Amino acid sequence: MKHKKVLIIGSSALKIGEAGEFDYSGSQAIKALKEEGIFTILINPNIATIQTSDYLADKVYLLPINTHYVERVIKKEKPDGIILGFGGQTALNCGLALHREGILKKYKVQVLGTQIDAIENTEDRQLFCNKLSEIDVKFPQSKAVNRVEDAIQYAEEIGFPVIIRIAYALGGLGSGICRTKNEVKKIASKALSYSSQILVEEYLEGWKEIEYEVVRDKYDNCITVCNMENIDPMGIHTGESIVVAPSQTLSNNEYHKLREIAIRTIRHLGIVGECNIQYALDPDSEDYRVIEVNARLSRSSALASKATGYPLAFVAAKLALGYGLHELPNSITKTTKAFFEPALDYIVIKVPRWDLKKFRLVKRKLGSSMKSVGEVMAIGRKFEETIQKAMRMLDIGVEGLTASRTKVEFEELEEALKNPTEERIFAVIQALKQGYSVDWVHSLTHINKWFLYKIQNIVNIEKKIGNHKSISKELLLEAKQHGFSDRQIANLLGKDAHDVYILRKKYSINPFIQHIDTLAAEYPAKTNYLYLSYNSTIHDFDFKLKDSIVIIGSGPYRIGSSVEFDWCCVNTGKTLRELGHKTVIVNCNPETVSTDYDQSDALFFEELTTETIWEIYDAIKPKGVIVSMGGQTPNNLALKLHKIGIKILGTSPQSIDKAEDRSKFSAMLDELGIEQPEWSKLSTLQDALVFANKVGYPVLVRPSYVLSGAAMAIATDDIELTKFLQKAVDVSPESPVVISKFLVNAKELEFDAVAQNGKIICSAISEHVENAGVHSGDATLVLPAQRTYLETIRQIKKFSSDISKSLNINGPFNIQFLAKDNKVKVIECNLRASRSFPFISKTLKKNFIEVATRVIVGKKVEVIPDNIYSLDYVGVKAPEFSFTRLEGADPTTGVEMASTGEVACLGDDFDEAFLKALVAVGYRFPIRSIFISSGTIESKSELLEPARQLIKLGIIFYATPGTAKFMKANDIPVETLEWPISGKSPNSIELLKSGKIDLVINIPKNFQEEELTNDYLIRRTAVDYKIPLITNRQLAMRLAEALSNKNPLNLTIKSWDEY
Amino acid sequence: MSKNTALKNKAKLKLKDGSIFEGTVFGYQSSTAGEVVFNTGMVGYPETLTDPSYKGQILVMTYPLIGNYGIPEFNSEDDLPNNFESNKIQVQGLIVSDQSEHFSHWNAFQSLSNWLKKYHVPGLFGVDTRRITKILREHGTMLGKILIGEEKIDYYNPDIENLISKVTVKYKETFGSGGAKILLIDCGCKKSILTNLLQRNVTVLRVPYDYDFSGENFDGVVISNGPGNPAVYKQLVSSTQKLLKRQVPILGICMGHQILSLAAGAKTYKLKYGHRSQNQPVKEVDSNKCYVTSQNHSFAVDTKSLPRGWEPWFENLNDYSNEGIRHEKLPFRSVQFHPEAAPGPVDTSFIFDEFLKDLK
Repeated sequence: MKHKKVLIIGSSALKIGEAGEFDYSGSQAIKALKEEGIFTILINPNIATIQTSDYLADKVYLLPINTHYVERVIKKEKPDGIILGFGGQTALNCGLALHREGILKKYKVQVLGTQIDAIENTEDRQLFCNKLSEIDVKFPQSKAVNRVEDAIQYAEEIGFPVIIRIAYALGGLGSGICRTKNEVKKIASKALSYSSQILVEEYLEGWKEIEYEVVRDKYDNCITVCNMENIDPMGIHTGESIVVAPSQTLSNNEYHKLREIAIRTIRHLGIVGECNIQYALDPDSEDYRVIEVNARLSRSSALASKATGYPLAFVAAKLALGYGLHELPNSITKTTKAFFEPALDYIVIKVPRWDLKKFRLVKRKLGSSMKSVGEVMAIGRKFEETIQKAMRMLDIGVEGLTASRTKVEFEELEEALKNPTEERIFAVIQALKQGYSVDWVHSLTHINKWFLYKIQNIVNIEKKIGNHKSISKELLLEAKQHGFSDRQIANLLGKDAHDVYILRKKYSINPFIQHIDTLAAEYPAKTNYLYLSYNSTIHDFDFKLKDSIVIIGSGPYRIGSSVEFDWCCVNTGKTLRELGHKTVIVNCNPETVSTDYDQSDALFFEELTTETIWEIYDAIKPKGVIVSMGGQTPNNLALKLHKIGIKILGTSPQSIDKAEDRSKFSAMLDELGIEQPEWSKLSTLQDALVFANKVGYPVLVRPSYVLSGAAMAIATDDIELTKFLQKAVDVSPESPVVISKFLVNAKELEFDAVAQNGKIICSAISEHVENAGVHSGDATLVLPAQRTYLETIRQIKKFSSDISKSLNINGPFNIQFLAKDNKVKVIECNLRASRSFPFISKTLKKNFIEVATRVIVGKKVEVIPDNIYSLDYVGVKAPEFSFTRLEGADPTTGVEMASTGEVACLGDDFDEAFLKALVAVGYRFPIRSIFISSGTIESKSELLEPARQLIKLGIIFYATPGTAKFMKANDIPVETLEWPISGKSPNSIELLKSGKIDLVINIPKNFQEEELTNDYLIRRTAVDYKIPLITNRQLAMRLAEALSNKNPLNLTIKSWDEY
Repeated sequence: MSKNTALKNKAKLKLKDGSIFEGTVFGYQSSTAGEVVFNTGMVGYPETLTDPSYKGQILVMTYPLIGNYGIPEFNSEDDLPNNFESNKIQVQGLIVSDQSEHFSHWNAFQSLSNWLKKYHVPGLFGVDTRRITKILREHGTMLGKILIGEEKIDYYNPDIENLISKVTVKYKETFGSGGAKILLIDCGCKKSILTNLLQRNVTVLRVPYDYDFSGENFDGVVISNGPGNPAVYKQLVSSTQKLLKRQVPILGICMGHQILSLAAGAKTYKLKYGHRSQNQPVKEVDSNKCYVTSQNHSFAVDTKSLPRGWEPWFENLNDYSNEGIRHEKLPFRSVQFHPEAAPGPVDTSFIFDEFLKDLK
């Protein structure tokens, strides 16, 4: 091989539009390169990824991904090659910038795989269209404009509706559909604020949306690995669509016409490696348009890999090194070659997972930009079976597409069908259930009738079961074949799920294990990639998994459960295999590394439900199941699985229950003499008010159950509490709320540890930069704790040790503490790995999951002494918010988690690590001007000192009237800006839009702001215009100090192993 | 027939080894027998079912969802819909996992079920097609029968029969008015072979497989695809040998490839379970060029048996079986795969261009 040292650019924090799929593709690329003996260097500040593990890349830099840092790493490491196609749009954009700034040329770094000119030809719309024209390939009529007036003129020329897009954007950012001149005006001005060039295009309403994944080698051999069809047609971003693979409604002519165009286009563009091409296809003819080409691994390619078993990222990396497709083996069959196109004998359905209800004021309508935060993939042999599985996999409380105990219903059905939100699929089922015709639903949704007929089949079976109250063997089998869970059938019959299970066993109705083998059984499969189906009659499965260990994965990524749990699961599997155990992973998230079939001895791409895990357990007879690594989803299953006789490994399910059940946990803490904030479970508003007044406001309110996203809130007085309990949630004896005393100005700390037989083996204490009130997932974490009293640490250790002993913990756990005035209280305790396990493991360089896994399988482990006092560096973990993508959402932090990802950087001290982490999540330095609105009087005075520090650095301040008055009174020079809705000049919004502000500090005055306030407008404008925003006082203070102590443009470049 | 009664219409597929698969009848209600083969293509069921090379075979589709986009309308012989490779369904019977009674496509006229009924072809759905495929993969292609009701029928082995005689054209016919004149020997020719030639501006004289062409003038010959065992068609082999003597450019496709190979003196053998799919990878011998091809054949040419003067042209990247031959000096060439695609990828349509270059 020509290259000896190759730099791989990662995709940084998980964000909407760029999630776990790039951990998967980057990890595959590193493996492919290492196999060739190439020295690999990775830059990625996403510490929770597998790719930043010590056993993958030879050097890992946990540094921000921008030209400044990448250049400095190139200068230091002198790589001879760079790979840009495996880190999403972030890596691609960074690569283009490195090229434009002449950095690649300067250091003689060669781009591997698809070359810069080809990338530019796909990324720049005009160049792209020119290229397509050269080979007679059609694309939507479109024009690039730089001015709003030109956009309007062109829209009128080609006729409405039109769509406005931005070149170089993640996941369709800032794009939108316009049906009127006014809408063009609005969307074009906003889009032009992100980019100097925008595109106005013909809008292909109701056209089918089809994608192909294409691979090409240097010999010009070209294949399409998979095609996919969006159930939601054009107009809804593909990341927001329910997608099937392979396409279902295309004829041979259409399929192969588009395939041929794909190959012609990719050859003409000169792509080497993998890419994705998207089409619009007329539902009434064979007319088509090419929408775009992504000259890199993408979310779709990760999905295609998992859907077909074809390892796209791995193969693409080999092709970048100069291999031909026919020179690489098919890693599934091992007997055939990578030059082939998979034949599926099953159907795959991807459904996005949204968390929109977690955001205040967010626009829920789906459109051409992406809002979903994760996805699931279901596999089956019938559409009906597969879609129902997928709905359960989402983990949003529904038990299938229909017949759930949790109802998602619409009063305005027509509206819900016509203007899609994340819940539209439930509107479809409701319409069909109410007897509306497939034609009617089609006319409102443009969803192809074939899909609707299949959904109609589900409705028909539901009706058949519902009419009878008892169920025949034939009907039960038919229902199972159409994806009904025992629970759904039980709901229809008014029985318990277990009754249906018993009946099913009596009739010998079981699902069968099926293989994914890339060739539809034409050749024997040598691997272990499996799913279950009731549309089969025999287990297609002959390897021995008896006494294996099952690891339950995390399910879809969502806010609060993300790549960090995949890291935990993968490390568990790795450790188990090193210890000589056979491993089985059950997971349903195509963006993960854990669902790579080489991560376990068997992979079940399946539902994480009691019913499914029970069937798998019965079929393979493993030694036991691990539920403590995949986050809350598997943890919630612990007791249920235990009750049906499944062996749970690690901490006992009874102990898990004791930690999860608030009353039991409180009783235990009382016994141990450990304090926690006062709380009570209440089922009437009156009781709630009485309790709140007894403990004193503010109080934290936690409803017992909310579909797809919990709604926690802080109430500061009777009015707020009443409003919240009446408006936001139902409070009743069936759904009580938990109210607890909220401590103001308390410090929050995380205790992460592993214990064996209740004795703590290793532990880490991280402190939050933000005071309590910011969800731990949104907090900036510091390890080792830098500003915490020794006495506090001593108490935390003592309490944790007592709790661990009392619960006889065997495995990972996490306790959250509050500290105020040297008094420590427990907030909650999770007997599972927590979000911060990768961060503490990598910062302290001891793998807590490895230790925990050894404990779980009963290996005796020695206590690992604490080394935090001898650590001469600091790790800082910072959250990444995707507010810019969530149109309308109020970009503040609170008790509900809002961040979609995280980064962590190391530094010789806190300031350095902190500044690097901020850069990694999008802060830009130097800061020359700050627009401040400092909130309450208390907060105003606290922010005076930081302001003085910043003034010394030459930073100019702008402030809202009250804040400005206060600052002036304290001799701080500041320019006053008028409130947004005052209509007066100089107005804050104008200035924000002018690009003169480098940072916005906007501290909310209270915890819950309901109205579209001035502050909201300032915050929203800041994120819409990509201006860094701070809404937390402590964060602002730490930033001011860090900037006073360090030059943010000259921070140390050290790889992880150099710390 | 309403959907409810359809559900009750249970029937069986019985394989020669005794294994039995239950399913539900759709299409025509009548028992049938044939050779059971599987195809792994994911699209193109109208093309596949009308391909004359399937004569005598009961087809198992490994892709589970069939019939999604219906069947286009068929008005007259002269105006075949472009999804049809011949004017009728050629398979003996069809086995699928799930069929769509309700279809959706702008081009659709009727359901798959109706269409099968019209051509008296029985189908079974609700069958574990993957299980059958694995049996055929392990034991090789097998005879089998679809048994509906009490009707009893015997196994039927198409390999010993002259199947081509059942699917070839009855009379010669001329198409197009281009420069070169191509003799197309119809062994059960797929319509797309004809259309691919005509698109290249030639005149095509299509003749029955046993036509005496000694009196005809032509610039090149295409021997088409067709069903059955090539060794059965001795007369066709010997008339191909006459063509070789005339040194007229020849292109053989599928059966035509096997016939040309036999005429050249090579041997053919039966593959364990054939190649029937749209994703067969082939590589041009001694180059790095690879193509994804559509295939449908049970027999293959033994590369080792190629006589002097002939060379392998393409090889299969999965099992390295022969995928094409050509003469080292003379304009004779043939391919095992289908350059006309339909159904399947159109990567190798250049084969027709290469052939036409030989004519000059």
